[in-house]
Amino acid sequence: MPPDYWQTLRLTLALAACTTALLLGLGLPLAYALAYGRSRFKPLAEAIVSLPLVLPPTVIGFYLLVAFSDSSALGRFLINKLGISLNFTFPGILLGSLVYSLPFMVQPLQAGFAQVPRSLREAAYTLGKSRLTTLWRVLLPTMRPALLNGLVLTFAHTLGEFGVVLMIGGSLPGRTRVASIAIYDEVQSLHYDQANAYALSLLGLAFVILVALYWFTKRDAARLS
Amino acid sequence: MLDFHLLKALHTAAGPRTLDVRLTLAPGELLALSGPSGAGKTTLLRLLAGLDRPDGGFIQAAGQTWYQEKPRQWLPPQQRPLGFVFQDYALFPNMTVRENLAFAAAGQPQSARIIHDLLASLELTELADRRPAVLSGGQQQRVALARALARRPRLLLLDEPLAALDLPTRLRLQQVLAEVHRQFELTTILISHDPAEITRLAGRVLELELGQVRRLGPPAPAGTATPLLGRVVAVLPGGRLQVRLASGSTLVEVPAPPGRTYAPGDEIGLTLEVARTF
Repeated sequence: MPPDYWQTLRLTLALAACTTALLLGLGLPLAYALAYGRSRFKPLAEAIVSLPLVLPPTVIGFYLLVAFSDSSALGRFLINKLGISLNFTFPGILLGSLVYSLPFMVQPLQAGFAQVPRSLREAAYTLGKSRLTTLWRVLLPTMRPALLNGLVLTFAHTLGEFGVVLMIGGSLPGRTRVASIAIYDEVQSLHYDQANAYALSLLGLAFVILVALYWFTKRDAARLS
Repeated sequence: MLDFHLLKALHTAAGPRTLDVRLTLAPGELLALSGPSGAGKTTLLRLLAGLDRPDGGFIQAAGQTWYQEKPRQWLPPQQRPLGFVFQDYALFPNMTVRENLAFAAAGQPQSARIIHDLLASLELTELADRRPAVLSGGQQQRVALARALARRPRLLLLDEPLAALDLPTRLRLQQVLAEVHRQFELTTILISHDPAEITRLAGRVLELELGQVRRLGPPAPAGTATPLLGRVVAVLPGGRLQVRLASGSTLVEVPAPPGRTYAPGDEIGLTLEVARTF
């Protein structure tokens, strides 16, 4: 067992949990607007949301690193005016994860919203229900598989994050060194056993999460039909 | 009760047209809306419910302005006291029959009593704890009707509520509709293609074609023979034919008219006689 094993694993899970929770709050209104909105700028917004899917993580990490440092106006404002230094900190890698995992939350939710028949929404409106009540009582329960998909994919994807976290966070044990980076470090130092401990943990975790997702989805489909 | 003039651009098979309907409904009236598909029937109901925005005109309901072009006024669907029954029923799949009704009745005084009475009068009490997915088409239709009534609306809009049902179920539900309309003193607009249904239920009928009013007046009286066009589906033993009516998906069985032999696919002219009204 590597010396920092539990500390690293705790940090990895904390990053994934925080990213998933924050992205749920951020992704719901965004996905709702993308699914039902009729703005001319929708393709632009969709492209921005999907960008992290196609960009190398190091590109995102690099630009965030620059943005958070005192070589950019934003970074100088954060550091000098607000006293917030994001590079090589947990909030910094959390922000990076939010950007990196955004499409994994928004795309399933957007598809989920789009799949709910329009008449269900309209029926709720003709029954005097507000958009918020309709969202909470009709849309979200009807699209539970999509909701679960977004949550699980975001969590699992954040667990395996490497490039963005390495660029912004470096590899500070207990602060920014997550499991995937620890594997890399251990291999660099030729500690194959210790790398294996982390790798096996991530593999097991990812597998269990996906099995749970498919099991819940199957049960849910049986319940609603 | 309801007074409106509505204008809306329509995209029909014959090219762009304008839906243009001016009408006044008396309280308690039941108006049937008929006409070929693409005539603007569903659009008219959606405009009244506030689900689509008109291009011009006005809607006045019970002294309240729901829509006015100038000066601009618009009441969102949530604030229009009406019941809407969708063609696909639009029941909430995550809720049981009772929960569907409770969701609709929430915020009403005595909502528990309203739900109880509606379940009883639409014969849904035994199905109350089931989800919509396990119900038959006719049962789902009754739930949709009960849900639309749970808010105690004064105006009921029905978009082809019985089109997808088989003939016996349809006849039974026509009776339910007639009773509900009387009992709740509703002003009702019903889209229907079935001349017999219109004669049984409606006080007046509005025929639309490509957005324009073709005819507005009383429906054909009971006993009138209505010519219908159908297509032979099967030749049955005993000199009988199974015919699909051109106006919808309804299948009827008729004795083969003498004088010629029919094969599946042949067109056939029928006359339909409305035997009685409720």
